[in-house]
Amino acid sequence: MFEIQVNGRPLRVDAAPDTPLLWVLRDHLGLTGTKYGCGRALCGACTVHLDGVAVRSCVLPIADVGRRAVTTIEGLAPDRSAPVQRAWIELDVPQCGYCQSGQIMAAAALLRTHPEPSDGDIDAAMSGNLCRCGTYARIRRAVHRAAALARGER
Amino acid sequence: MATPHDRQDGATPAQWTRRDFMGSALSAGGLVIAMNLPLPARAATRAGRAPAELNAWLRIAPDDTITILVDRSEMGQGVYTALPTLIAEELEIDLARVAIVAAPVGDAYFNAANVGQVTGTSNSVQDAWVKLRTAGAQARTLLIAAAAARWGVDPRECRARHGVISNAAGDRLTYGAVAADAARLPLPTQVALKPASEFRLIGRGLPRTDTPAKVDGSAQFGIDVRLPGMLYGALAQSPVLGGWPDSVDSAEAQKMPGVRLVLALDSGVLVVADHYWQALAARRALRVRWNPGPNAALDNAAIRAALRRTEAEDPGLVARADGDARAALQRAARTHSAIYEVPLLAHATMEPMNCTADVHVGGCDLYVGTQVQQLSQAAAAVAAGVPPDQVRVHTTFLGGGFGRRLDVDFIPAAVAGSHALGRPVQVIWTREDDMTHDTYRPPALERISAGFDAAGKLDAFQLHVVSPLITARMFPPVTGVDPEVVEAAVSCAYGIPNFLVTYTRQEIGINVGYMRSVSHAANCFVIESFVDELAALAGKDPYDFRMALLTTKPRHRRVLETAARLAGWGKPAPGRHLGLALMDGYSTRIAQIVEISVEGGAPRVHRIVCVVDCGQMVNPRIVESQIESGIVFGLTEALWGEITIANGVVQQTNFDGYRVLRANEMPQIVVELLASDAPPGGIGEVAVPLVAPALCNAWFAATGERIRSLPFGAARAPRADAVKPGSANNDRGSAPRTAASDT
Repeated sequence: MFEIQVNGRPLRVDAAPDTPLLWVLRDHLGLTGTKYGCGRALCGACTVHLDGVAVRSCVLPIADVGRRAVTTIEGLAPDRSAPVQRAWIELDVPQCGYCQSGQIMAAAALLRTHPEPSDGDIDAAMSGNLCRCGTYARIRRAVHRAAALARGER
Repeated sequence: MATPHDRQDGATPAQWTRRDFMGSALSAGGLVIAMNLPLPARAATRAGRAPAELNAWLRIAPDDTITILVDRSEMGQGVYTALPTLIAEELEIDLARVAIVAAPVGDAYFNAANVGQVTGTSNSVQDAWVKLRTAGAQARTLLIAAAAARWGVDPRECRARHGVISNAAGDRLTYGAVAADAARLPLPTQVALKPASEFRLIGRGLPRTDTPAKVDGSAQFGIDVRLPGMLYGALAQSPVLGGWPDSVDSAEAQKMPGVRLVLALDSGVLVVADHYWQALAARRALRVRWNPGPNAALDNAAIRAALRRTEAEDPGLVARADGDARAALQRAARTHSAIYEVPLLAHATMEPMNCTADVHVGGCDLYVGTQVQQLSQAAAAVAAGVPPDQVRVHTTFLGGGFGRRLDVDFIPAAVAGSHALGRPVQVIWTREDDMTHDTYRPPALERISAGFDAAGKLDAFQLHVVSPLITARMFPPVTGVDPEVVEAAVSCAYGIPNFLVTYTRQEIGINVGYMRSVSHAANCFVIESFVDELAALAGKDPYDFRMALLTTKPRHRRVLETAARLAGWGKPAPGRHLGLALMDGYSTRIAQIVEISVEGGAPRVHRIVCVVDCGQMVNPRIVESQIESGIVFGLTEALWGEITIANGVVQQTNFDGYRVLRANEMPQIVVELLASDAPPGGIGEVAVPLVAPALCNAWFAATGERIRSLPFGAARAPRADAVKPGSANNDRGSAPRTAASDT
């Protein structure tokens, strides 16, 4: 039995210690917004925040989560009000949408440390997040837009 | 997926009922109405709350909740926005207020251009363009008639705007108030559709209806389905493609925590457990003796040899013959011929294959991201041992389709598991399962030849395509040449007097499937590369050479001219090189120009300019994003796309071995959409095929080296500058995967 904190709520999970956080979120806790894409930290679809830092939940055993705060796409903000979500909606970034939870969580973590990211910062933070629909150009624009929204620009 | 009924506060729990579709409104002619539709409308129990069904796509509830059923699968291409826009335009409603749900299986939902209820061939809008606007106009006519009858006035004195009907006296009724009356009126057989000049929604670029759910994690893909009591399954499949389990020792696996079932199937061995991680652990504990079947020695060299031999031996069936190309080649003053090859490709959708089945006494509920609702229904019916009409298909969002979800090979195991256990079962393929058991884009080998007459005019053109035949497996029977294997060649627009396209089928022992742009990708690569070869032979500029072959094709000329202008054709910046390609496919004309430099013996792609004439556009924003999408997809294919096989085993297992383009590798993309009054063309696939030839033509411009085999090549592939360790290396050099290493 593990006690973890997800989206601000303390939760108890009965799972094998090697169970990746991804499957705990999806199968045990019903938080299906975090996606399975590769299982080997190669695609970024499973990106969540651990104390605000982007991590790949598909390779993070539940036993290693400890007391760190887990934030998933469902817990990013109420009513899709996070700047990244507002920017994603404004630019209609998603196509199939499957990778976008991971893209949004990676972008949100980037903006915490780089409130005004350069294209190079975006490359460094986002190149581990694959998108087969090819939304990369819009993602780049949306990250810049989210930064502007976070600064209070309209 | 939410239905409007879920949102009706105070409604008592809904129950499934079978509506009677024989009402006069719904059986009248004009619009194909789904009389036999197994459409279990979720009628609210309180009288008067049930939505009225105006036609197969439209429900309007008394509280003015409007629901549009979309009969094509949303896989990113925007059908959940574009198709409702067509109805909303004529219905005079605002799209933002509409609830969008997936249609069930039904005859009304057939795609006239495809075989049944199919999302593919980039024709959703083409199929719906008149059909759904007509449906919207008919429904509006009925609603106005119902309001007019209530007021006792002439319907011609009434008008509808934003879901409200008004009359000359200033009375107003909402659609919800008269929808039940309207549904009882006979359908108008003839309705006038708006001219384009009166469109309020079409062509405007409305926001996508699916975006909000895709930014907060609430969008439900197949893998996200959660049902009470649901269990999770993992399927062990033969490492050698086409093999099967000879014997299974599951003693160890059965003892693993959470395991509920181990079931040997034709396709493999299914393990079902309480949680997916448990199912995966138990699958690793299985001891399966696989019979490799007929493909134990299959490899790329064998495939290539078979294609080459067949190309040399068989002239092929004729798909297009203008003039007499063989005779023209015989008498030509100068000829040129080359062989081009394209490899096997994996679809690699971001959401791996999965399916959720709930087999119960009433039949089977199937929750699946599919592009083929009826084939899914049929596959589940066979696996569950029930008639097809007892299988209800619930289409989820698709985490990428690209043609992979036109296949139904991932459906039976879930049904079998649920059937055996009497509980819902979700079977998920791992990424490794998905990549090593795809229905791959087939390889092709093509000989292409041309002849110039004594005056130096291009007089003869001959293309011989050799490849496996997907349609023979998917939609048999095939008579004559399947159009799916000679795309972009049959529609090739160049004015050449003697033009011959032939096809020979050569199977390779494994299942191949449709993949985004299908044979356009191979044939456009071959034709557009070869036309560049001919331009060089003739000593002509590739742009001028093409324009001279397009004197009677104004739409093709316009996309090419515009692309050349935007890309600065003829005057590239120092160190930059341009290559172009043109295609006529999916009733769309499209040109691309790729701009590269040469760095470290490899191309670095700086910019791709793409100009599109796809006729009238329902949503230009979505068209633009689809073009961007196709370019990224095509660039991945051109640079790195290749599945290799050794001893029957696919060598690429995940995104480390099967490299796809990343954010830091993106070129600048410039998309120009040309205004047009022509009927809509396809858009989801058109941009893919041009990238490879335009890239290779730019490479030729830079180096004089002609690339006739894709992908561009590991040796020349550009190294990514800022890719994280382990994220994008190419593992061609590693030891081959074997059957023994994979169970």
